[in-house]
Amino acid sequence: MSSGQQVADRYASGSELDGFRLGEHLHTGAMGRIFRVTGRDTGFPMIMKVPRTGPGQSEEGLISFETESTLLPALSGPHVPRFVAAGSLTSTPYLVSEWIEGESLEEILKRSPLSATETARIGAALADAVHSLHLQDAIHLDLKPDNVIVKADGTVVLIDFGLAYHAHFPDLLAEERRFAAGSAPYISPEQVLGTRADPRSDIFSLGVVLYELATAELPFGVPSTLAGLRDRLWRDPVPPRVRSPDIPPWLQEVILRCLEPSAEKRYQSAAHVAFDLRNPDQVALTSRASRSTEAGLFEQTQRWWRARGEGTLPRRLPRSQVAAAPIIMVAVDTTHPDDDRQPVLQRTTAQILSLSGEYRLICVSVIRGPRVAEGAGEASEGSDGHLEHIVRLRHWVEPLRLPPRRLSLHVIESASPERVLLEFARANHVDLIVLGAPNPEQVRLAWWRSVASGVTANAPCSVYVVRVPQGTDA
Amino acid sequence: MIIALLSDIHGNLEALEACLTHAGERRPDRYAFLGDLVGYGADPQKVVDIVARYAAEGAIVVKGNHDEAVTRTPRYMNDSLRAVINWTRETLSEEAKSFLAALPMCIRQDEMCFVHASAASPERWDYIDSPSAAHRSIDAANAAYTFAGHVHDQTLYFSGARGKPGVFRPVPGRAIPVGRHRRWLAIVGSVGQPRDNNPAAAYAQFDTGLERITFHRVPYDHLAAAEKIRGAGLPLSIAYRVEKGI
Repeated sequence: MSSGQQVADRYASGSELDGFRLGEHLHTGAMGRIFRVTGRDTGFPMIMKVPRTGPGQSEEGLISFETESTLLPALSGPHVPRFVAAGSLTSTPYLVSEWIEGESLEEILKRSPLSATETARIGAALADAVHSLHLQDAIHLDLKPDNVIVKADGTVVLIDFGLAYHAHFPDLLAEERRFAAGSAPYISPEQVLGTRADPRSDIFSLGVVLYELATAELPFGVPSTLAGLRDRLWRDPVPPRVRSPDIPPWLQEVILRCLEPSAEKRYQSAAHVAFDLRNPDQVALTSRASRSTEAGLFEQTQRWWRARGEGTLPRRLPRSQVAAAPIIMVAVDTTHPDDDRQPVLQRTTAQILSLSGEYRLICVSVIRGPRVAEGAGEASEGSDGHLEHIVRLRHWVEPLRLPPRRLSLHVIESASPERVLLEFARANHVDLIVLGAPNPEQVRLAWWRSVASGVTANAPCSVYVVRVPQGTDA
Repeated sequence: MIIALLSDIHGNLEALEACLTHAGERRPDRYAFLGDLVGYGADPQKVVDIVARYAAEGAIVVKGNHDEAVTRTPRYMNDSLRAVINWTRETLSEEAKSFLAALPMCIRQDEMCFVHASAASPERWDYIDSPSAAHRSIDAANAAYTFAGHVHDQTLYFSGARGKPGVFRPVPGRAIPVGRHRRWLAIVGSVGQPRDNNPAAAYAQFDTGLERITFHRVPYDHLAAAEKIRGAGLPLSIAYRVEKGI
């Protein structure tokens, strides 16, 4: 094995390595160094990460580097840097990936506290990124402002997968329990106990980030001892509205639900967090929203007892865990409330919900908008038309007897239902669209011209097309 | 070089053929059979014939406890196992029995060690069912890669910086990077008698160049294999296990 000095010498601005020319030295951290590199025609700017090696360097740094080198090539999509190349771990360790142009959340935090709107906008984009990772069977486990880049278009890209977990690969860090498990202010209670396979840990960290954006404070401070870290197993943070009364109740509801000490009580999917942050008027408020004190001594003691026994979980793939909390969108035609298809659509929806665990049902009605309006938009609350259709939508969903937190109702004005439904599904991580086949008058129309066919052809998810069985009455 | 790793075939011809077809599509350069060619299944003779043919073409074959039992009666066996072993012994040709008797316990090649049970003392048939057991085998093998069977569930153990190895349950069909700077012990799964409530046959493939291992599950006509076991008059519980994958 070469000595640390020899290894270090190969990595310097100006030198070349496997066809990459090292440029500006951007960063030196505990884990290693980062350089800008050129030399391969990828069409995007690149950086090279180099671990610290040699005598006296921490094993943690190397194992993190190995973890990231394993995970990054396996990840894809707009929320992670693109992988370019990796050197041999034993002779020339390096990792080349896309350089993400944007503003670090760390920078944005300097302007905090942010408004509720701004917090929700960034939070929803961050939740999008987290959800995309979970759908790939990966969990970040080190979400903090440093590791979040907000691009100019508002998209969030997550960086630094050195502490991440991927269900398809051996978890090299799991056996290294003596190492710090992440960044003290942000890690979840179950991470403190050594659990690394629960995607809801990222949702807790997302809650810490939201709290910080909205209040400019950290909910649990910066603990430096294990006892201090364990506090979050039973202790509530000061409610955000106590710190700044301008924060609306819905935002406090979302933040405190993310920060529940028990993972079972948190959002079960980052897609649900994104949805609530984008639809504040649809957030079902509970006692969390109005909380002005921390939980009582009795409640905290109970949690403390419960937390003592925690730390193990059934091993399910992250994707399956998230899939158990689907977002289901049903398109209801409130313009034709007496249509034969309505009861069939209702029955089918009930059947689907009975098979889904922590679902969220989104009922959407698209009504003809004023001709001048080009883009689709939620009908203005005040208009009579809007209210009438909301009433019909509520009437339609009434028989399903759903708790308010599982339900959200939307009336959207547009001349193009197909486009609106698809946009809504894409923006809200919808897992399943349920809608009716063309009604009898439309049957003369070619199938491919129907809303159902257009949605089916272009949907980002599964589509369930409901039809009244032929020859029978609904 | 790609090596197909098959273990615990247990006389199940249908499962073996399905795995060989599946592996063949990926054009392996070598085959390794990690023992227990016979026992439980209804086609020990045909299975030994096939493996002997691969051996003649350079395949690695090591001995399993069932292979040993048909040539040398072990000290302890339960009743249904005794029935199977006796039946297998009567069914196999003399040639097949000498093939089994001549199999080595362990083969080391370059940085790889092939063994049925634990490399620590292969003849004791210790199960690698814990990180400590894996630790002993990895230490004794003193190789970057150890490939084993005996335990029927696919498992990948990997040595940490110190202390006991880590355990990983592979996701079928996903290539796993296994750099040679660490030590790995792969339990490749059972071709002929999976026991994880999934009747699909199990095997693995290792790419020495890319340093990647992929664990596979291959569905096959397990109901036919179970029916043959019943037809041969072997204990019903064995047919049931093959049918349910338990």
